[in-house]
Amino acid sequence: MDYREVTHDLLKRTASKGASGAEVVVVEEESLSVRVRMRTVDTVQSAREKRLGLRLCFGQRSATTATSDFSPESLQRLLDDTVAMAHATAEDPCSGLPEPELFSSEVPDLDLWDSEAADLPIQERISLATTAESAALDYDPRISNSDGGEFNHQGARLFFANSHGFTGEYRGSSVVLSASPIAADTAGMQRDSWYSIQRRLRNLEPAEAIGHTAARRALRRLGARKVPTQQVPVVFDPDMAASLLRTICGAVAGSTIYRNASFLTGKLGQQIAATALTVVDDGRMMGHLGSRPFDGEGLPTRRTILIQDGILTSYLLDTYTGRKLGMPSTGNASRSLGQPPTVAPTNCYIVPGASSPEQIIRCVDRGLYVTEMIGFGVNLVTGDYSRGAVGMWIEKGELAYPVEEITIAGNLNDMLREIEMIGSDLEWRGSIAAPALKIARMTVAGA
Amino acid sequence: MSTEISRPEKLFLEKFGLTEQTLERTLGAALGKRIDYADLYFEYRVNEEIGLEEGIVKKAARSISQGAGVRATAEEKTGFAYSDEITVENLELAAERARYIATDSGRPEAVTVRESPVAPSNLYPVEVPPTDTPIQSKVDLLHQIDRIARSFHPRITKVMTTIACEQKLILVANSEGWVVGDVRPLHRLQVTCIAEDSRVPGNRQMGTFGGGGRAEFSFFFEAERFAHFAREAARQAIVNLDACDAPAGYMDVVLAPGWPGILLHEAVGHGLEGDFNRKRTSAFTGRIGERVASPLCTVVDDGTLARRRGSLNVDDEGTPTQRNVLIEDGILKGYLQDRLNARLMKMAPTGNGRRESYAHYPMPRMTNTFMLPGTSSPGEIIRSVKRGLYAVAFGGGQVDITNGKFVFSASEAYLIEDGKIGRPVKGATLIGNGPDALTRVTMVGDDLKLDEGIGTCGKDRQSVPVGVGLPTILINGLTVGGTQN
Repeated sequence: MDYREVTHDLLKRTASKGASGAEVVVVEEESLSVRVRMRTVDTVQSAREKRLGLRLCFGQRSATTATSDFSPESLQRLLDDTVAMAHATAEDPCSGLPEPELFSSEVPDLDLWDSEAADLPIQERISLATTAESAALDYDPRISNSDGGEFNHQGARLFFANSHGFTGEYRGSSVVLSASPIAADTAGMQRDSWYSIQRRLRNLEPAEAIGHTAARRALRRLGARKVPTQQVPVVFDPDMAASLLRTICGAVAGSTIYRNASFLTGKLGQQIAATALTVVDDGRMMGHLGSRPFDGEGLPTRRTILIQDGILTSYLLDTYTGRKLGMPSTGNASRSLGQPPTVAPTNCYIVPGASSPEQIIRCVDRGLYVTEMIGFGVNLVTGDYSRGAVGMWIEKGELAYPVEEITIAGNLNDMLREIEMIGSDLEWRGSIAAPALKIARMTVAGA
Repeated sequence: MSTEISRPEKLFLEKFGLTEQTLERTLGAALGKRIDYADLYFEYRVNEEIGLEEGIVKKAARSISQGAGVRATAEEKTGFAYSDEITVENLELAAERARYIATDSGRPEAVTVRESPVAPSNLYPVEVPPTDTPIQSKVDLLHQIDRIARSFHPRITKVMTTIACEQKLILVANSEGWVVGDVRPLHRLQVTCIAEDSRVPGNRQMGTFGGGGRAEFSFFFEAERFAHFAREAARQAIVNLDACDAPAGYMDVVLAPGWPGILLHEAVGHGLEGDFNRKRTSAFTGRIGERVASPLCTVVDDGTLARRRGSLNVDDEGTPTQRNVLIEDGILKGYLQDRLNARLMKMAPTGNGRRESYAHYPMPRMTNTFMLPGTSSPGEIIRSVKRGLYAVAFGGGQVDITNGKFVFSASEAYLIEDGKIGRPVKGATLIGNGPDALTRVTMVGDDLKLDEGIGTCGKDRQSVPVGVGLPTILINGLTVGGTQN
């Protein structure tokens, strides 16, 4: 479907309602996913969706709406509702669309779409999921059960137009292949999983390798125990380091900064972390999952260094939070239709260091290697961090035995300063990526 | 802004030009020889959110979504397709895809649909859906809350308030011939305050409180609920300004009544959902009839409480909700079931088949999960503790179903010293093991309280509103994840 006409017509009608600025976003999505469990098909799911989002500004008042009903009557009602809502709000001097001169007519192709994935027949999707799960089930007799193997594919197309005359369009796809085996022995059951996520089908890890890694992860958790409460060095594996990075992204988002709701508020230009830490957000990486040619307000995406050698160099900003803080947008507006723009990272990563993960572990006499965290015990206002953890206990530089039912706690202000080593193992599994890293000291609570 | 519909049957059949024959034909198409069950689920939903901050409306958003999901199940297999264009052609296409799981299915079968034989009473009748209340009334309320929170204490520096309203109409038609509709209003008011102590640079703390239910907008004015929400959020932020670091280690924990019932949701509720037990992946698998809690504990999941956030007249498969006893006097009694898992386990559906929307398929989920009251007074419980933690307010929690380990994070807590509530401590995560955490409950208070109506539960990338409740309880040993030894 060509949305140019629909959006053009809608924009024209907003102008006649007296809107000073307007923005229309249309998203079309299609997906076909399968889950296999114990070597037979468990679920086949297919979907088609499209939604239209509208944001209207009347001077410094604004409102946002969305609908999945594209009929002319529905769109007229959407428009009327949006106008009514905007008039019920108060003036906000920072609201409104970005300045017209910030838009770029250039919409680069970032290699985000894979037609091979879109065209993959359902039988082959089932076969990939089956291979991943079977590889896990066949790996060891202690793998006795499974939560399944999954293949998910999603294709999306986004069309954007605003009253400044900017229009842009792009397509993107993502494929995920995963296995979630369960290992059991006399002590009980342990579930773990492994997955590969990519824009292109051909870049996925081989299905067997995914199954084997998942099996090894579940097996190494068998016989996990608690350790006594103590303060020790903690090594975050790459996935957990990425989870920590996601937390940092929340703390440098303009929306938490201007509300004084971040422990990093007011620290721009200051040393907030060990000099080994450099964090980059880059929305233009070819073929990456967080890439997009323009952001949720239509502004060009870019590369931004958030932390350089431990110094906080930039916040993540959209237009509104930028105006609140007196800074330009960093092209990090994210859009969920029917909601005003929010701030989100694009592709965000910790620049890798020189040590291999083995070298990092060898440097720990007694400590924890964290492989999974659960719970939401992060307070961005104060930086207090306390989460449930699963991992391997480190004794004399070796992974000694699995541990569980423990928490790790500290304050992010201290944790960032006490990053002692950063791994060389940066691998992209999603849009947020980090190598393993070692924090000098955290409190482990257990028995 | 009109919602012209009160009867979902009328809406879906008239608005989308569907007839009973369409439903019958689509169900028939989804239902081949090897298909055990099929259903169609229609949904029309309006969401509205207004946010006030710095005394001005920062967010005014409204969205409408509609769509239909077609599902077919054969033995353990599920075929599911959905579309947001409700047309006869799309329904038939979806039915075709849904029955893909049974490849050699034969001719379409004949299905005759009729009204459900069970007509449950309406747990949440409203005259004006909350999404139809004028925006101005909502904006006025948010301003009032903003003023109350600010005037609570001079150290309150930021107040953020949000009101979210939803009106959801559903219609389920299944291959057994039932057609069931439900009209579900829902709202939630949330207040967040930030307090700053200028005497101690950098000492900033947050407090948050809120509530809502399946009711009209006037709910917030009953007994001045809105003012209570405002003051609680402000009070929590102020209390936390004086909080010292939380203790670390294994100790006695007293949970306050109400929202701390999230313990039950994480420690036992998820592990008793039928799908995990059918697949034998839960730490509670095969344990019905066994002791999983102290004899003081009786835990129920009840979807039939009037106006509650977790309540439903019928679940998303059209089964009327009910009160399900999960644990009675410490003994595991039953699981939470949807139709698929009930059939495979040869048990009865329990009214817990829930889905986030037409774009998601049903799974066994909780409704309102709580522990029945005991006989101890809250004061007596606190006095019995020599050294421990008294946890009053919590953020979220999470559980690993398979090994049973669960966490939940306190946002307001105090030390207990020699039977007295002492200093406030900073938030910390509590961690335990589901199958044995409740065996350590040594006292249960007589003060059961349900939460105010803020809970949202996530499972397999689907979110649904839920409720929890708890009397004051003493857990004789739980790991507290603070930093102070």
